[in-house]
Amino acid sequence: MSPVIKKKGEHFHLPSKYLLLILTVLCIGMMLITLTTDFTKGPLNGIAGTVIAPFQAGISEVGSYLSKRVDELVEIRDLLMENEDLKRQLDELTLQNTMLQQDRFELYQLRELYELDQSYEGYTKVGARIIAKDTGNWFSSFIIDKGTDDGLAVDMNVIADGGLVGRITVIGPNWARVESIIADNINVSGMVLSTADNVIVSGSLELMSVGKISFSQLIDSDNEVMIGDKIVTSNISDKYLPGIVIGYITQIDTDANNLSKSGYLAPAVDFEHLEVVLVILEKKQTIGES
Amino acid sequence: MRKIVIALMVMFCFVLQGTLMQWISLGRVAPNLLIIITSAYGFMRGKKNGLLVGFFCGLLTDIFFGQVIGFYAIIYMYIGYANGMFHRVFFPEDIKLPLFLITVSDLAYGFAVYVLLYLLRGRFELPFYFLHVIVPETVYTIVLTVLFYPMNLKINQKFDEIEKRSEKKFV
Repeated sequence: MSPVIKKKGEHFHLPSKYLLLILTVLCIGMMLITLTTDFTKGPLNGIAGTVIAPFQAGISEVGSYLSKRVDELVEIRDLLMENEDLKRQLDELTLQNTMLQQDRFELYQLRELYELDQSYEGYTKVGARIIAKDTGNWFSSFIIDKGTDDGLAVDMNVIADGGLVGRITVIGPNWARVESIIADNINVSGMVLSTADNVIVSGSLELMSVGKISFSQLIDSDNEVMIGDKIVTSNISDKYLPGIVIGYITQIDTDANNLSKSGYLAPAVDFEHLEVVLVILEKKQTIGES
Repeated sequence: MRKIVIALMVMFCFVLQGTLMQWISLGRVAPNLLIIITSAYGFMRGKKNGLLVGFFCGLLTDIFFGQVIGFYAIIYMYIGYANGMFHRVFFPEDIKLPLFLITVSDLAYGFAVYVLLYLLRGRFELPFYFLHVIVPETVYTIVLTVLFYPMNLKINQKFDEIEKRSEKKFV
């Protein structure tokens, strides 16, 4: 007799192995659907966002409040000393500033001349708070507390500390997932600012622990690229806006093929202590149209 | 009633996993609460509960952090189911079996993720990942189990008592 048949006066009871089978098929089906089609988990995102995200936001708030208070107590003494130093520095900097302002005036004129006014001061940005981090230890994405309701969309770039953090890959009404550029499965098309050579910047779990990211496929036969050069997002990247700082080169090696070079760079962003990020409300595709 | 509490527990753990666990992480490695409850409900309540708790833990992970929906759901679900097989030899007084099962579950989870998401992309440095992610995560998870598992056990026993009492009423 089949175990699924309902006996008289008994509750309908589905044996666990059948349930396992059904859910396995369901999971594989969903994997195939999400892999092959553009089905963007829309309804699920909405439900999960309304149920889970508020809790995450709340707990994050409490947590960051507590850790801030603790840090404050520890840091007060350091701050007093720092304050003295900073006052001294301020005097020097005021002097420098006046000089720099003159330089800047000149820079603006030159930029207008070359129509290169594309640095990211021109983008409209919105701030967002990180409310949860990846539950596993294998990748490093995080959840921010703004979503489609605040005008965000998939593929918008995220920056912090003046450097590139990553881009939005999944979005719900009040939350969005940001995939950071140090994650193992992320590659970014970059460009060495000084020579305009293109490179591929790829994150790696192994390098994450030492705070580095690697770059490869640098064609530089004249040995012009130096350690310390700035790497920014390139013009040919289809997801990232051009000219956002990724990091600074710390090591260059020639590949075995003697044609291309690879190496490491120190990211401009401190990924360990991210708390607030800026989302650029412009996507790469829309720039050309506007 | 019990179902509601289990559902709340799953959500509670998921929220903690994304927030609290990430703050107390050491060297970028955080303990895995979701494995603890999946595994615990597996051997405390049997295969069916284990696989359902696992499925929903995994599904939440998929929605927020997964590349595709259903990937983590399958992994957690099978871990819950496998733990359910040990329901027959489970006694609430014994803490050795839970610790052992949760260790094995977390190791299995680590290997499954490594093989499916890293090895298949050509990342062959298994010793590195084993020493820097899988083992630290397991050790940290075990430490957390000692604190977190008794609470789950208490809740479960409370519900067992309530059920027994209501059964007696009818007899």
